[in-house]
Amino acid sequence: MNKHASPNLKAAKIAGGVHTDQRHDSAHKHVAGTAVYIDDMPEPAGTLHVGIGLSSVAHGKLKSVDLSAVRSAPGVVDVLTHADVPGENDVSPSGMHDDPVFAEGKVQFHGQPIFAVIAETREQGRSAARLAKIEYEELPGIFDIWNLDPEKDKQVTTPLTLTRGDAAAAIAAAPHRIKNRMKLGGQDHFYLEGQVSLAIPGEDDEVIVYCSTQGPSETQHLVAHVLGVPSHAVTVEVRRMGGGFGGKETQANQCAAIAAIAAKKHGRAVKIRLDRDEDMTATGKRHDFAIDYEVGFDDEGNILGVDFMFALNAGFSADLSGPVGDRALFHCDNAYFYPHVHAKSAPLYTNTVSNTAFRGFGGPQGMVGAERVIDEVAFAVGKDPLEIRKLNFYDPMGAEGERNVTPYHQKVEDNIIHRIVAELAESADYAGRRRTIDAFNANSRFIKRGMALTPVKFGISFTKTESNQAGALVHVYNDGSVHMNHGGTEMGQGLHLKVAQVVAEEFQIDLDRVKITATTTAKVPNTAPTAASSGADLNGMAAQDAARQIRKRLTDFAAEKYQVPTDQVVFLPNRVRIGNQEIGFNELVKQAYLNRIQLSAAGFYKTPKIHWDRAKGRGHAFYYYAYGAACSEVSIDTLTGEYVVERTDILHDTGRSLNRAIDIGQVEGGFIQGMGWLTTEELVWDDKGRLRTHAPSTYKIPLASDRPKIFNVALTDWSQAYEPTIHRSKAVGEPPLPHGMSVLHALSDAVASVADHKICPRLDAPATPERVLMAVERLKAEAAGK
Amino acid sequence: MSLSIGLTINGQPRTVALDDPRVTLLDLLRERLDLTGTKKGCDRGQCGACTVLVDGRRINSCLALAASLDGATVTTIEGLADGEALHPVQAAFIEHDGFQCGFCTPGQIMSAIGLIAEGHAGDDPERIRELMSGNICRCGAYQGITEAVLEAQKTLAERNRRDAA
Ligand code: FES
Ligand code: FES
Repeated sequence: MNKHASPNLKAAKIAGGVHTDQRHDSAHKHVAGTAVYIDDMPEPAGTLHVGIGLSSVAHGKLKSVDLSAVRSAPGVVDVLTHADVPGENDVSPSGMHDDPVFAEGKVQFHGQPIFAVIAETREQGRSAARLAKIEYEELPGIFDIWNLDPEKDKQVTTPLTLTRGDAAAAIAAAPHRIKNRMKLGGQDHFYLEGQVSLAIPGEDDEVIVYCSTQGPSETQHLVAHVLGVPSHAVTVEVRRMGGGFGGKETQANQCAAIAAIAAKKHGRAVKIRLDRDEDMTATGKRHDFAIDYEVGFDDEGNILGVDFMFALNAGFSADLSGPVGDRALFHCDNAYFYPHVHAKSAPLYTNTVSNTAFRGFGGPQGMVGAERVIDEVAFAVGKDPLEIRKLNFYDPMGAEGERNVTPYHQKVEDNIIHRIVAELAESADYAGRRRTIDAFNANSRFIKRGMALTPVKFGISFTKTESNQAGALVHVYNDGSVHMNHGGTEMGQGLHLKVAQVVAEEFQIDLDRVKITATTTAKVPNTAPTAASSGADLNGMAAQDAARQIRKRLTDFAAEKYQVPTDQVVFLPNRVRIGNQEIGFNELVKQAYLNRIQLSAAGFYKTPKIHWDRAKGRGHAFYYYAYGAACSEVSIDTLTGEYVVERTDILHDTGRSLNRAIDIGQVEGGFIQGMGWLTTEELVWDDKGRLRTHAPSTYKIPLASDRPKIFNVALTDWSQAYEPTIHRSKAVGEPPLPHGMSVLHALSDAVASVADHKICPRLDAPATPERVLMAVERLKAEAAGK
Repeated sequence: MSLSIGLTINGQPRTVALDDPRVTLLDLLRERLDLTGTKKGCDRGQCGACTVLVDGRRINSCLALAASLDGATVTTIEGLADGEALHPVQAAFIEHDGFQCGFCTPGQIMSAIGLIAEGHAGDDPERIRELMSGNICRCGAYQGITEAVLEAQKTLAERNRRDAA
């Protein structure tokens, strides 16, 4: 591709506008190995490196910390502890002041950073760190929430309660009641690129931190807070991450802060890159949950009332556990209407690493709770769970009924789950395969098959209202080329590409005229982290706003110069029609420049309509919902518990997709990650609070060979966002992750077959082969005992 | 004590002084030879991000001691393209969207080239997935990766046939 080729002034359409499939903007660099991640950047001369000293006990007082041997080790330039923090020794994102950069006086989890060695080489820093002599007075620790009391035990932040109607009365009056508990495991992000930051000191109080972070603004603010300088002294920049998944929303801040402290103290560049096992030990994960549920229902399987307690393992500090618990409650309905509901969260304190954002942010955990309840009801009334699901769906969009109010009192106005489920059941031949599976199971002694079709309804918006804003900066240079910058970060999801498509569309210029640039706090301030699936929604709108301002100036200029009304200035592909003549976009820009028209604009967007009153548990928490459904079939070996995912079909709604190729990748990847979470990815802590699964050898991430043997992913081609989102597209980052539930429920269905589908398997997650085997044996025993 | 070894890296014969005899091939590439296309995901042989070809065979460079490779021929992601023309496996990864964040991609591509050269993958996608399972993709781009490997294998086979004819 010749980048200097002049734009096609006769084109009927621009190359690379919205609703077209474009390759990832870095595709060529990714395959050529030239895409630069932070650890690939050339290091400034004299760059120092960091080795980090972690706590070797999970809970205890620091009696003495002797770092003399560390200091005198070869290559060591300095050792930093809490005493070296110039500002606040705190990187708490919630303002709770409970996340020290370096432990002070006590340690609260195994792997908590106590000190950092600053050395000439990384190896020197790492080996010196091992020479520390630290004495602890060990205290008893809590490592698991299963036996805690969610009402009484210590919580890290204020819990949430949602109430609509009178759940207790409805359950008491219901013809049938079931009460039980579910265990739901956490998940390590295992972003392939671990946490990394490179800090370069500047003049006076300035510092630039190149940080693999999803939230450059927050990283900036916390680094400033730790350094004790105003935010304007700190610049945070990131071009791309090698995966984030929520694990670099707040978890990047500590490394950034350590690098910045050392860089300022020594006037040299400092790089920190955690080793994989340090990363897995010392950084937060998806919250594991203990879910208590009680449901009342009728003979048909209509849910009449539900009561939930979502206890989540916050770890030692608040971090994002409050909002994660909230989002679990916001999704405890999944796609179902509960006539009466009461749901509570309990972010419980434990002596483990502080859990954090992970794609879905508690939402998937809420939905897994909802689906367990559906399973319970289905087994109790003896029906296929899919029937119970359909029976309890919210009313479809446009229906007159009352069955459309969520537990947080928001009306579901855009519900398309009926059509999605109907289309998927048809295309995946649910009914036909159900018969085939039954026949197979009747004739197969040890291998059993199972299938499940699970829906997803996912709320889009940050529940923290102030996060629903975004900024963008667009420059048009006087040759007509465009520079685009916004607050979102790129972690593989194609966000920059989508926003560039939006800008190209506004100006009606080919996509290759729009330059994608690194995210930096110096260009766009006070941005939300790239999270909550909001990246394209928010930043696309902000960039559109910026582009429209410039376009309007160009329009006014052209109208005046050529003496035509503004409605006769029309942006056509790579050109502009002014009255009855056409000139190239580049030419118009040049003329505008010569006439001193401002060709740069800052754009802004805030999501309309949303509001949320947490104390009352009421509000319009989400701008809209994204929908989808997945159908999975598995086979299990009832002698070993081993299983194979035979087939998965997914139908997912991304509205009028900005870029279907990118969105399909998100759906596939989200499903795989969700499947891993619910099946093989098991985090194990020992009785000393040490994480035993801190490497891929023990922590089982889905491999290519774990992918469903048959895997069909489609996007709805008929849906569009109900609200005026960016070109009526919908967010796609998180909503596909819970499609992994279809595998959990297919496993459950296969297990149920050993007891003739009469007993609810209550398969907890992750459904490892051991858990599947235990469930098979339990069901066999119960069936025999009956 | 300084040790020096001879390597042919991406076609270039190089003499490399090793100031530390324990340095891995991965660190040698990334930190001393500025070949940062090869990635470090785990540094313990469990993720495949660091895959390169040594004498045509795919290995995890984080496990290989540079000192033991005196005289070897090493190919990294930077050595695949022929000027502007991408290697068929690289082109196929673009064509089939075989990545998201791209961090595993150099390793996946090197592994795919090694796998195709081994010549026993056949055209069964399941077998390919099995033989590519040393390379984790946390973004879950396995669908595109498998399609890319299948297509590249075909392209390379055709090219070989043409060359032979
Ligand atoms: S870095 Fe070598 S296998 Fe992970
Ligand atoms: S593309 Fe991100 S790990 Fe494979």
